[in-house]
Amino acid sequence: MATDTDIPMLEMRGITKRFPGVLANDAVDLTVRSGEVHTLLGENGAGKSTLMKILFGLYQPDEGEIRLNGEAIEVESPSFAISHGIGMIHQHFMLVPTLTVAENVALGTRSTRWPLTDLPVVSRRVEEISEKFGLAIDPSIEVWKLAVGERQRVEIIKALYRDARLLVLDEPTAVLTPQEVEEFFGILNEMRSSGHGLIFISHKLREVVAISDEITVLRNGRVTGHTTPAESDRQQLATMMVGREVSLAPDRPEIEPGDSRLVIRNLVVESDRGTTAVDGLDLDVRAGEIVGIAGVSGNGQRELAEVIAGLRDARAGSSVQVNGVEVVGQGARLSRDAGLAYVPEERMRDGAIGDFTVSENLVLVDHGSEEFSRRGLLRFGMIRSHSQELVDRFNVKTPGLDTTTSSLSGGNIQKLILARELASGPTVLLAAQPTRGVDIGAAEYIHAQIIEQRGAGAAALVVSEDLDELLAIADRIAVMFEGRIIGIVEIEDATRETLGLMMAGIHEGSPA
Amino acid sequence: MHRLVSAVIPMLAALAAFACAAIILLALGANPFEGFRAMYTGAFGSVDRLSATAVRAVPLVLVGAGISISFRASVINIGGEGQIIAGALLSTVTALALPGLPPIILIPLVLFAGLVGGGIWGAVPGVLKAYASVNEILSTIMLNIVAVQFMNYMLRSPLIDPLEIERGTRIPQTERLSDNAALPTLISGTRFNLGVPVAVAAAVGAYFLLWRTPLGFRLRAVGHSPDAARAAGIPVERSVVSALALSGSLAGLAGAILVFGSEGQRMITDGSSAGFTGSAGFNGIVAALFGGLHPLWTIPSAYLFGGLITGANHLQRVLQVPAALAVTLNGIVVIFVVSSSKVRDRIGAILKARREFDHPANESTSSPPAEEVAAT
Ligand SMILES: Nc1ncnc2c1ncn2[C@@H]1O[C@H](COP(=O)(O)OP(=O)(O)OP(=O)(O)O)[C@@H](O)[C@H]1O
Ligand SMILES: [Mg+2]
Repeated sequence: MATDTDIPMLEMRGITKRFPGVLANDAVDLTVRSGEVHTLLGENGAGKSTLMKILFGLYQPDEGEIRLNGEAIEVESPSFAISHGIGMIHQHFMLVPTLTVAENVALGTRSTRWPLTDLPVVSRRVEEISEKFGLAIDPSIEVWKLAVGERQRVEIIKALYRDARLLVLDEPTAVLTPQEVEEFFGILNEMRSSGHGLIFISHKLREVVAISDEITVLRNGRVTGHTTPAESDRQQLATMMVGREVSLAPDRPEIEPGDSRLVIRNLVVESDRGTTAVDGLDLDVRAGEIVGIAGVSGNGQRELAEVIAGLRDARAGSSVQVNGVEVVGQGARLSRDAGLAYVPEERMRDGAIGDFTVSENLVLVDHGSEEFSRRGLLRFGMIRSHSQELVDRFNVKTPGLDTTTSSLSGGNIQKLILARELASGPTVLLAAQPTRGVDIGAAEYIHAQIIEQRGAGAAALVVSEDLDELLAIADRIAVMFEGRIIGIVEIEDATRETLGLMMAGIHEGSPA
Repeated sequence: MHRLVSAVIPMLAALAAFACAAIILLALGANPFEGFRAMYTGAFGSVDRLSATAVRAVPLVLVGAGISISFRASVINIGGEGQIIAGALLSTVTALALPGLPPIILIPLVLFAGLVGGGIWGAVPGVLKAYASVNEILSTIMLNIVAVQFMNYMLRSPLIDPLEIERGTRIPQTERLSDNAALPTLISGTRFNLGVPVAVAAAVGAYFLLWRTPLGFRLRAVGHSPDAARAAGIPVERSVVSALALSGSLAGLAGAILVFGSEGQRMITDGSSAGFTGSAGFNGIVAALFGGLHPLWTIPSAYLFGGLITGANHLQRVLQVPAALAVTLNGIVVIFVVSSSKVRDRIGAILKARREFDHPANESTSSPPAEEVAAT
């Protein structure tokens, strides 16, 4: 047998893939060795997911070849990929919530005791895998009871159970809390040392630097560079990716905040499970300031945002005023009419309609306004020119305005939603995870836009799990813990460490 | 190319249906080719037959256009039968109450009454669905039954022709309604009446509504993704009610046209719903599906189905085959069309959007959207 180190685990050579109006991959080369974490870095729409879908047999390349352990293969389908030891963790999990972990793992595999099931055997192997890689998952628990990070581990178990040696992880950390990311990296390290090949995609440069052995940079479907964390720091990576200098710390001019535009008093909100998610919360956001909400997810941030947006009712006695208008339990229209713009956390579910065109989504909120409809008819001319302007201004990468939104890359859908919400000139901006899944250049732009809204006198409330983001743009950071704000820190006093402690519920007296 | 394939498949389905029909004709001892020729002549063979087919197609066009509206909002309206009856009853009452108005006023008025009657009958399940989560498939079907019984009661008692009581025959029908309300014939010597252009105009209107107006935009948004629509400030509940009310009103208009475009110029019941509607409330759904749930394509699609009905009736008369054959042929075509893949995909897409409506984000609050079963 040839030595493993000579022959790479995976070689993709000259991969080209065209979609109508888009060259998604243009003669891309990628080499991955066993025992390495290979990161794909690139802007939204650069072609990362497309390349991975080709590797996993979801798309067929127009040109190019794929070699696995030196042997040319034609990956005709995902089941072919799986049987050749290629696994893929999709960003949207493919699990049946009502089944147990073991049952989910067994789905689609052949039982050793066919036609009977072999769940005890599956459970035992799941335990073994879980033990070996430090996954800590109980095979008998139903998936719906698991947190997001745990569900992701179930996906990893599924892949390892099918003997995946090469694992594709497309933005696995986008939905994880910082703690979960730590645990997740622990698992990746285990898999790396047991000789797995790992392809990792993330827009968070801090993570990329922390975990990668090799980094391949894609831009506009082409490989534009190759590096390692030792050779390039975050700033250099950002430049390689975007093709120009990117400022990781945006300019934030000093502004004297004005009157309170968003006033929250004694807010008590129930979660979907009927527990108290927000437990007596008070907060003011003034004109010309950005308040960040930090916290481990599940501490009531989602419920808080939904009440402000008019999508969830609150307990009697609660009050939320947007520009002086009481909005609790009145529906989303009222919140918006009062001057709110809302960027929801779950963009694919709440933010845009996948089957609508780009331009339809850009007027989803304002289609009924004077500008876009007159005498009961939509004004397509106005809608088109407005859409074109937004697409250009926010650099949404799309073949056209009539393109179906679901065919855009993830980050571009997020940019589309932000374009719509920010363009309406809101007086109160509520943004949940505004840059989740968007590339560093777009994040820079989005931050600049939020800061610009602040400059124009808007009050902005930004909910984010990304502390770097909050530290970069916020004037004050409020930390939520178990449904309350346990402290508000002025930006000058805020450090990752103090915020981290507060997020864990440890609070040593509010700083002055 | 994909487009071509998806257009060809329903055609193939129709061909397969005719193959089945041929076998049945053979089994009945009739020559299938003669049979089909008889059907063709019966449906499209002369100006007279073409007109008869157009008249037959009117309720199908209207119900189909209405179905297109509701299905686009991901609301499944199986209540066309009841809505036709409700529209017919309200327009009949209107004509009975104001028989002396000149045609120029009375005709629009009875048509409008049809719209209102059907609209109300559609709005009821809409309200139940939007505000009490009552499944509209069940409620619209049930309301069909209520409508028939209500019609039977009305025509047996309050609205019955006084002559029927005098003579003691007690046929459940109204008196002859005001001639001022009769829809004028547009091609003399045929049955081609005002109802035909009205139906076509209504279908074009439905198209405009869906794709050119803010209301239609909202209906489609709600149909695709109630969650995103709600977050954008679109009133989801009200849109559901609007969708069913609009859908019902077009069926109700069909009801008015059935009464005032008929030769009898009166409303009559044989006790069943099909006796009055000719099952247009159901066949209209099929016409709409065959037309890809697009109001404009519903027009030719309904015309073909209208031809199927007039053709089958003619076939039965010419070849002396049992009357049930007409119904059977219709049923066969329906089965093949509905099971053709294009239509299945459409229905699948609707059902998917419906799941989101019926189960908006419940458990696992922080999970990514839509977890789906792998490899199905
Ligand atoms: N199924 C598809 N049909 C048409 N175009 C597509 C399809 N999938 C991807 N594209 C286009 O191909 C390009 C590359 O998309 P891809 O999803 O690979 O980007 P990405 O690098 O993963 O971006 P992101 O970081 O935003 O996830 C984009 O311009 C996208 O619009
Ligand atoms: Mg991607």
